[in-house]
Amino acid sequence: MTEALLLSRLQFGFVISFHILFPAFTIGLASWLVFLEALWLRKREERVRDLYFFWMKIFSVSFGVGVVTGIVMSFQFGTNWAGFSSAAGNVVGPLLNYEVLTAFFMEATFLGVMLFGWQRVGHRTHFFATCMVALGTLISTFWIISANSWMQTPAGYELRDGVFYPVDWLAIIFNPSFPYRLAHMVLAAFLTTAFVIGGISAFYLYRGKFPEKAKICLRCALVFVSIVAPLQIIAGDFSGQEVRENQPAKLAALEGHWETGSNVPFVVFAVPNEDAQRNDYAWQIPHLGSLILTHSWGGEVKGLRDFPRDQQPPVTIPFFAFRFMVGIGVLMLLISWYGLWKLKRGTVFDSRWYLRAWMAMTPSGFIALVLGWWVAEVGRQPWVVYGVMRTAEGVSANITSGSVLGSLITYIVTYLLLFGFATWYLIKMLRTGPVPAPPRARTIPTAARPLSLGDEEMGERP
Amino acid sequence: MSAAEILPVIWYFIIGFAVMMYVLLDGFVLGIGILTPFADHDDQRDLMMNTAAPIWDGNETWLVMGGAGLLAAFPKAYAIVLSALYLPILAMLIALIFRGVAFEFRFKAHRSRWVWGVAFAAGSLITAFMQGLILGALVEGMPLTGGKYVHAQAFAWFSPFSMMTGVAVVFGYALLGATWLILKTEGRVQRIAFDLTRPLMLAVIAFMLLVSAWLPFVNSHLMDRWFTWPNFWYLCPVPILTLINAAALWVAVIRNRETEPFVLSLCFFLLGFIGLVIGIWPNIVPPSLTIWQAASAPSSQLFVMVGAFIMIPAVLGYTAYSYRVFRGKIAADAGYH
Repeated sequence: MTEALLLSRLQFGFVISFHILFPAFTIGLASWLVFLEALWLRKREERVRDLYFFWMKIFSVSFGVGVVTGIVMSFQFGTNWAGFSSAAGNVVGPLLNYEVLTAFFMEATFLGVMLFGWQRVGHRTHFFATCMVALGTLISTFWIISANSWMQTPAGYELRDGVFYPVDWLAIIFNPSFPYRLAHMVLAAFLTTAFVIGGISAFYLYRGKFPEKAKICLRCALVFVSIVAPLQIIAGDFSGQEVRENQPAKLAALEGHWETGSNVPFVVFAVPNEDAQRNDYAWQIPHLGSLILTHSWGGEVKGLRDFPRDQQPPVTIPFFAFRFMVGIGVLMLLISWYGLWKLKRGTVFDSRWYLRAWMAMTPSGFIALVLGWWVAEVGRQPWVVYGVMRTAEGVSANITSGSVLGSLITYIVTYLLLFGFATWYLIKMLRTGPVPAPPRARTIPTAARPLSLGDEEMGERP
Repeated sequence: MSAAEILPVIWYFIIGFAVMMYVLLDGFVLGIGILTPFADHDDQRDLMMNTAAPIWDGNETWLVMGGAGLLAAFPKAYAIVLSALYLPILAMLIALIFRGVAFEFRFKAHRSRWVWGVAFAAGSLITAFMQGLILGALVEGMPLTGGKYVHAQAFAWFSPFSMMTGVAVVFGYALLGATWLILKTEGRVQRIAFDLTRPLMLAVIAFMLLVSAWLPFVNSHLMDRWFTWPNFWYLCPVPILTLINAAALWVAVIRNRETEPFVLSLCFFLLGFIGLVIGIWPNIVPPSLTIWQAASAPSSQLFVMVGAFIMIPAVLGYTAYSYRVFRGKIAADAGYH
């Protein structure tokens, strides 16, 4: 039983960490496609349309992997977490169902028109389809973050016989952590995409390929990051305030604070020692912890020792994941602001080392994003619904550890294959690059059949 | 009648509708996959896949709707069924993964192209078989002890009946796929589809008879409603219509009609599904978990019902729109290149 629990946790962590990479990337990429197509509709420049087609192909592969790994998620709650589903289905189920109803269908349907409809619908209709896909990704983010946030900061429910009953839907959807976490996640997704766009464009410039097109992309990515990276740091700070208030044990874990006190230091580096309930090899800056967390010199911060051992989250993963995430955030800020200065001086596209810095930062958003989720999810332990229901109570009672071990290995093998092939095809597309896209035919040749009346409408529209 | 009595009934139909939409829409896409090995060469396989490429994703979403709907409206049923059928669900999900990415990867690949041809065919076949197996296991029932399914055996779903329903669904989806190809293609591919439709039709009729004959011997008393007097008289339009439908389908195929076979195959599935839904009612997990016992809180069901009543018509609207955009015979160079 405990083995099935541990394996189910590992499996959930693995399939969700893998899955989130793709939606996060496509959330940003869909909005980027909206931007590119709008730009093309205004300016009608060939190179912008080429860029649109190039990123659309990358989008389609990423979205495909996101869809199939997402279906796994929607069944995972039932297969491995039947206890959680039975207890919290009343609350979480409707939120997930709203995600399907308001987002998944829209994304999936208009995706078809976006990918295959270029020759079949008017330009404006095509643009509308792109917008619907992008809107779908954002609506989907809204619901899934709402559901996850409710598990972090449950509200608007009452508990009867171990089952959650909804009392106030608005309080459930807009639970205390939701607005901060939604902002943090959407900005993270945008940053992730911006660094892929900027990194790949820097690669082209570095190699002297597609210079005109790559300059457009890198400039956009650079300016975008220089605005969004500081916003993200502010959003992260707000999120931290919220965690201090609602999930003090998580905050203590990610900060590595064992003792409650005012004037707490900021732990720059340490090796958290859970057995001894203290940090080893700590290197810390006095007062800075209180300053960051409470925005005052002597603010009080709760320490982990205030919580019984069986209510403490694991410390090592949140502690280090948080530090790396923040470090990446700072790097993002530095590279973009320095780039702004270089952009002003006109030297940004010729600086070899600066282009290499962007290339190196290509995966930075993905790494920060996954680390951030590890902070959030490992930090929530040992609870599945924070403070109310333990993760151990959520696991399915009637699954064997053998089954779960088998499924975990199957998922690992399958996802590694998926990741390998997806990466390989993405590299192939990068090698081809934003080559000229096909011109739009005025009519569609169908296989051996005269054009029907409907087909003739498909020429260029005013 | 109170909300707690009415809402589960409404939700039984909403989820029934979602599952039916899934079976009809993804059924033909999975059918295409099952039939791709019968194509002469790779260009024909591309063509077959391209008939569904713009719409498969939307079709598959009905499965997610069914799953999320079950979690929202009948969380107990969701928890029991999915955890009890752990391994078949796993196999179905893995197969769906390979089937789904094949649409994207096959057209990006060169040397590894064959891999995604195999993945598409095998993924579709295994998905169909597993869905049939899951259906069979559900029909056979999951007896509960004290409100819980305590059967901790990983292979409790294995039985001759569930194997048979697995094979039956493979043939059923293949029929949907073949008639879809008749509708959407021309020339050689259409000929292949016509030639496949006749034996598939016979097989599906045979399986329907076999299932009907076997059901009275299944422990879950699923079909008691069908075989008690006077119910049979009220319900007899369903089997009669099924027979008429089978005859009409046969005639349409013999006469080389292009549209009717697909429509009639959909109706065939629809009638079978209605028969099943009547049999299972009022249980959500046969033999004994009723929709009222498994229901989520009335507030939860009401909250999503409002969304479902607004959004499902909208979804149907833009689904119809996308089918209209991609109507007509598929062109050899369809795609976004």
